[in-house]
Amino acid sequence: MTHMLWVVLLPFLGALCCLILRGRAVAGTGILFSLAVLAVCTNLLPGIWTQGQIRVELGGWAAPLGIGLHLDGLGTFFLLLTAIVGVLVGLYAAGFFAQDKKHNAMGRHFWPIWLLLWGGLNGVYLCSDVFNAYVLLEVTGLSAVGLTVLSKTTASLVAGLRYLLAAMFASLMYLLGVGLLYAACGQLDFVLLGQDMTQSPATLTAFGLMVFGLLVKTALLPFHFWLPPAHSSAPAPVSAILSALVVKASFFLLLRIWFTVFPALTGQAGSSPVLPPGLFLGLLGGLAVLWGSLQAVRQIRLKLLIAYSTVGQLGYLFLIFALLSVSHGAGGGPSGATDWTAMAWTGTVFHVFSHGLAKAALFLAAGCLALAMGTDDLNAMRNIAGRMPVITFTLAMAGVSLMGLPPSAGFVAKWMLLRAALASGQWWWAVVIILGGLLTAAYVFKILAYTFVPSQDETVPLRPVPPAMTLTALALALLCAVSGFRAEEVIALLPHGLDGSPLSAQGGSP
Amino acid sequence: MTTFHLYSFAAMLLAALGVYGLITRRHLLRKVMALNIIAGGAFLLLISTAYRNQGAFPDPVPHAMVLTGIVVAISATGFALALIQRIQKQLGQRPDQEAGDENPDQTETSRSGP
Repeated sequence: MTHMLWVVLLPFLGALCCLILRGRAVAGTGILFSLAVLAVCTNLLPGIWTQGQIRVELGGWAAPLGIGLHLDGLGTFFLLLTAIVGVLVGLYAAGFFAQDKKHNAMGRHFWPIWLLLWGGLNGVYLCSDVFNAYVLLEVTGLSAVGLTVLSKTTASLVAGLRYLLAAMFASLMYLLGVGLLYAACGQLDFVLLGQDMTQSPATLTAFGLMVFGLLVKTALLPFHFWLPPAHSSAPAPVSAILSALVVKASFFLLLRIWFTVFPALTGQAGSSPVLPPGLFLGLLGGLAVLWGSLQAVRQIRLKLLIAYSTVGQLGYLFLIFALLSVSHGAGGGPSGATDWTAMAWTGTVFHVFSHGLAKAALFLAAGCLALAMGTDDLNAMRNIAGRMPVITFTLAMAGVSLMGLPPSAGFVAKWMLLRAALASGQWWWAVVIILGGLLTAAYVFKILAYTFVPSQDETVPLRPVPPAMTLTALALALLCAVSGFRAEEVIALLPHGLDGSPLSAQGGSP
Repeated sequence: MTTFHLYSFAAMLLAALGVYGLITRRHLLRKVMALNIIAGGAFLLLISTAYRNQGAFPDPVPHAMVLTGIVVAISATGFALALIQRIQKQLGQRPDQEAGDENPDQTETSRSGP
């Protein structure tokens, strides 16, 4: 299973190649490497299907000293999402950065930084200890800021700096936690740490610091201040990458920390703390769903609207902490608890997947519109539905998935979360999910309504958009819908893949 | 109260001082310095864990972690400084308008200290 190494190595190699090359060769090499990474990631799928999880010790050194790569079902989903979105955004970027001289110069920097970011993301999904997770988080953070400031406009520079300061602060908090954890346990490996975790002031502080750092990076409600300006002022393909992929990496790590490293503190192993920390995160998540979506409804710039929608949609991800903490804190719980635990997991992972695809499609479509009209102001969109039907269709398809209407992947995600909330007797989360869905519908219909406004003067010229751009945006939106139709296969893969981590730990407890 | 406790409390104090600076200072350079102070606290904590068991040899793992951490902190600081310089240059060339109404507080802070 040494080809797991290439999942991390290939993007970094690609970044080096793109850095050396000049001219048209850069985009070509970038796309080649993207396809290779996608191939390697898909190649890992059968192994995960049969073995549940794969572990590779780099250089033959075992856990305490060496660095291991560890992949399970959860990581596979994040890897695949990154690869699929990565390849399609890459194809889009080839068209986007070819439009004129200014964009050409941006494109030359886009490819090396993006491949570096991709390598960092893959590394986060594969890493097996808390310290390497820190290093890789920093790699993703720094390269994400690099991509944000690609256009060099003052707005994007200011947004990028704010993003950088927030990200740096967050990772230092995380690093402090790692230091305390190492002082208390003398271990860094996720699984080994989880095995002999005890409640002590040091581990509690470490838990708080690490979770806090990751929350800032994932932009949960009070810490979301850096996200909308950074995501909306970046070039379109970059916005898609930031919103669809980068915030998911820190969320993935949060899942790892929460359920693998600290099961003793988060109420997984039966002991119930006074105020379950999971309930607190769920509460913030619920507020994020409502507040982010409300802010999105109020925006009149398309990209800013989509960025605020990210704040709202990320909130759904945090409901899992509340859903699972209450059940386990209560002890035995209702019968069939494993059923809705699996539902909550499936819903959350599905939401990561569907939001990644839909949000990337939305940002790419917004990029096409901005290119055609020269602005992303909603008021400037006159009769766009008539003149750019493919893009309008893409916006609608992605919007349907965000809202959670039936044929889409978003529907499966929200349906699973709803059922988990109801089956576990926590109906108040169901109210949040439904309200969030209504608000999402409000801003999606707001976008669509503007595209149908009839125009008084048909003479305002639209710049032609390269078909590579429209088609990749459409492909992402369609993929989102299709994975909704094929939900059963994806769900079948999930509990199977989760064997190694949270579910089996759950099955082990009474 | 062992030496380790002394060091780790000092480290936490340093980090807390940095957080305070990051929140209260509005000048961007000072914010970057505050972040470096937090980093100093984190590194001190890690280094002190190396000798927590008072054994014959200090544990080499935290040393490796601090070395990596310093590299990360330096590159992030360099990047932040480059961004600040660029922002200041662009605002100097086009003093008002654009960035001014987009983000009044940042505009102010990047020009003059508190």
